[in-house]
Amino acid sequence: MATETQTASEYIKHHLTNLTYGQHSDGSWGLAHSAEEAAEMGFYAVHVDTMFFSIILGLGFLWLFGWVAKNMVTGVPGKMQNAIESVVEFIDDNVSESFSGNNPLIAPLALTVFVWILLMNTMDLVPIDLLPWLASCMGVHYLKVVPTTDPNATFGLALGVFFLMLYYSIKNKGIMGFIGELTLHPFEGKSFVSKVILVIPNLCLETLSLISKPLSHSLRLFGNMYAGEVIFILIALLYANTMSDLASLSGVAWSLVGAVVQMVWAIFHILIITLQAFIFMVLTVVYMDMAHSSDH
Amino acid sequence: MNINMTLVLQMVVFGLFWWFSKKYVWVPIMQALDERKKGIADSLSAAERAKTDQEDAQKNADKFITEAKDQAADIVAKAEKRGSTVVEEAKYSAKAEGSRIVTAAQAEVDQQVNRAREALRGEVAALAAAGASKILGKEIDAKSHAKLIDELVSEIKVG
Repeated sequence: MATETQTASEYIKHHLTNLTYGQHSDGSWGLAHSAEEAAEMGFYAVHVDTMFFSIILGLGFLWLFGWVAKNMVTGVPGKMQNAIESVVEFIDDNVSESFSGNNPLIAPLALTVFVWILLMNTMDLVPIDLLPWLASCMGVHYLKVVPTTDPNATFGLALGVFFLMLYYSIKNKGIMGFIGELTLHPFEGKSFVSKVILVIPNLCLETLSLISKPLSHSLRLFGNMYAGEVIFILIALLYANTMSDLASLSGVAWSLVGAVVQMVWAIFHILIITLQAFIFMVLTVVYMDMAHSSDH
Repeated sequence: MNINMTLVLQMVVFGLFWWFSKKYVWVPIMQALDERKKGIADSLSAAERAKTDQEDAQKNADKFITEAKDQAADIVAKAEKRGSTVVEEAKYSAKAEGSRIVTAAQAEVDQQVNRAREALRGEVAALAAAGASKILGKEIDAKSHAKLIDELVSEIKVG
């Protein structure tokens, strides 16, 4: 999308703007035509691209896994079933290692989180300009293809996990147990009076640690993916600016350098996208474990 | 980078995906895996059982073979014993038969000798009588001189 009419900063900004649907300042509903317009739409707006790609990828994951699960053979498995089974067993191993409670919903939660985030992260490996260019051919001018570079997506997941954590904490420990966990630790008073005195510092610390959980959970994923995306954009700029100059030797050389650098970064990024999906899954399981075990 | 409704929608979608993956992915796959695990365990124990069965059968067969061998050896020994008995008996009876035949032959020979001797004696007596009558010139009444003749004959016999 780096054409002569765009400066480098415009190119970057363009790539980091979501396709936003919401209410314009004049009261009509529609797609935002600029980043400023999108910001003006406030809370009641939707990032169409984030929703589209995350739902498509999620449906793809569920369709593939569901199809394999439906045609499951207990005898000798085929190649596809083998692959899916190894993913499922990998998750099952991880969950049974870190999760001590007895809740059959946690393992599928971990599976969903891992595969879905992995797929969303993998969108980062699609050439950075390919899908936005195709979209612009169809008249869509903003498109951010990696849902996990949208904090809405990562916060949506992390807050979902956070609410589940609160729900299971209260369900398993009772409301009083939950409040006790927030107020009686980490400073433990010996007598009743010292306990009461320590409620305030305990509450401050525990609330902080509680709130930091979804925050760090989502920002870790978002930050890694966003940074990776920005580096892809910068590498693209490295040769995008020279594209118009392909006739010259330096233009060709820069293009080659850009291609090699992008490939190297993409290969390195395979590690990051997998690792971040894995970390998010493990943290989800750990938080669920905290919500289920009473020993704090 | 605006926080908006997308967040809430993502959470809802997340919940739906979770529910779906629990119901249509996790449960059937885990069921199949457990079934396979059970099947493998069953086959392993069946194989183990078959192995023990086979070992038992081998043991039985070995026992039978040993017994049969013992029996065969027994039979052979008995047969050998019986055979030697038969040979011994045959030998014995042959010997007995032989000696009997020899005895019979001996008796026959004795009889023949006696008979010949008797005949000879009669002839000698007759000859003696004839000779004597020729010498005496008269007929010797065999009856009246029987005693004498007999004495002669017995002398011949002795001689």
